[in-house]
Amino acid sequence: MKGAHDMGGVPGYGPIKAEPEREEPIFHDPWESRAFAITLASGMLGKWTLDRSRHARERQEPEQYLANSYYETWTQGLETLLLDSGLITKGELESGRASSSSKSVAVDEKRAREILGTGGPTLMDVPIKPRYQVGDMVRVKDEQSTGHTRVPGYAHGHIGSIEIYHGVHVFADTNALAPETGGERRGEPLYSVRFTARELWGESANSRDSVSIDLWQPYLEDT
Amino acid sequence: MPHDGHDDFTDPPSDIALRVKALESLLTEKGLVDPAALDAIIDTYETRVGPHCGAKVVARAWTDADFRLRLLEDGSAAIAEMGFVGRQGEHMVVVENTPDVHNLVVCTLCSCYPWPVLGLPPVWYKSAPYRSRAVSDPRGVLEEFGTTLDANVEVRVWDSTSEMRYLVLPMQPEGTEGFSARKLEPLISRNSMIGVEKVLPPGNTR
Repeated sequence: MKGAHDMGGVPGYGPIKAEPEREEPIFHDPWESRAFAITLASGMLGKWTLDRSRHARERQEPEQYLANSYYETWTQGLETLLLDSGLITKGELESGRASSSSKSVAVDEKRAREILGTGGPTLMDVPIKPRYQVGDMVRVKDEQSTGHTRVPGYAHGHIGSIEIYHGVHVFADTNALAPETGGERRGEPLYSVRFTARELWGESANSRDSVSIDLWQPYLEDT
Repeated sequence: MPHDGHDDFTDPPSDIALRVKALESLLTEKGLVDPAALDAIIDTYETRVGPHCGAKVVARAWTDADFRLRLLEDGSAAIAEMGFVGRQGEHMVVVENTPDVHNLVVCTLCSCYPWPVLGLPPVWYKSAPYRSRAVSDPRGVLEEFGTTLDANVEVRVWDSTSEMRYLVLPMQPEGTEGFSARKLEPLISRNSMIGVEKVLPPGNTR
């Protein structure tokens, strides 16, 4: 899905204005830490995948995505996920009061720490042979996805070389779908593909520079 | 400042603060989140996990040649040896800066970042200006951070579009040869491990 989140190479956003490293707090306001924590804790209920939560954040109106701060977008995404998965109802979200009970049970402190400590590996032990080897030239398919995808728009149609083979990883595009709409934890070979800056941005780019992008095999075609 | 207790009394909470509070109350009432778990999650990233973890990895790589080789060969395994494992750091790749190559990490699509070694990303890393320009104008971005590279240095940008997470192994500053890892750690900034800055010798501050 080509949305406002797909920012690579988009002009006009101005200077970065980084806060000095030593002065920047982890959270800029207490509500940010609460938004962060309820998002992670809700995710631990196992009702959606990380890819699906990314898609929920991306599915906002582009103007809204750009206007929102980072944790506003997280909050928006969490509300979408809670409603879509049926954990809360629209009425409950609007009233702030529970009107039904849920079968899902909160993850406790101990389990939360365990989950943070182990994470969710995406490397899969499945016998899929990669089509490409390090050094092979590949082209990124010039196809627009209607759902979630991890191909940045600026890579479409460009040719790069396979730099690293990472093994078979859970394919984000299908993992982002709800189970009832075809979502599945399917593995595809994952590569870092290296593009010269000139291939991506033209002759004004420095001839030495490059951008490496992690791309799953279904995004790629032979040159 | 938001953490100033005085302001808590004078400024009404913002709409988003009220919205988050209402959502947390609802989720708690429904038994979907546990307040103690929420506090544990915040505590993890406010006090336990942060760039001091990554600095230990880098300082060890500078002082332990075998570890450095393992780190560059299999980042996930070498970093796990030091106990820095978990969410958003399941699959690690470490890229090494040299006099000829400078690496820079970005996530143009969202905010992918190696949490177990760097903690949560700074606001600028998640912002449109950085995400848009890190790939198309990395040298301009570096200049904004006060990092000037010779034109003959190769800039390699890593766009984190999968669950692979990238950590830059910065160059050890001149004049610190023979320093212990412990003495090196405080020199190693978060920004140097994202790749927007170099590590400065002792006594230099930005």
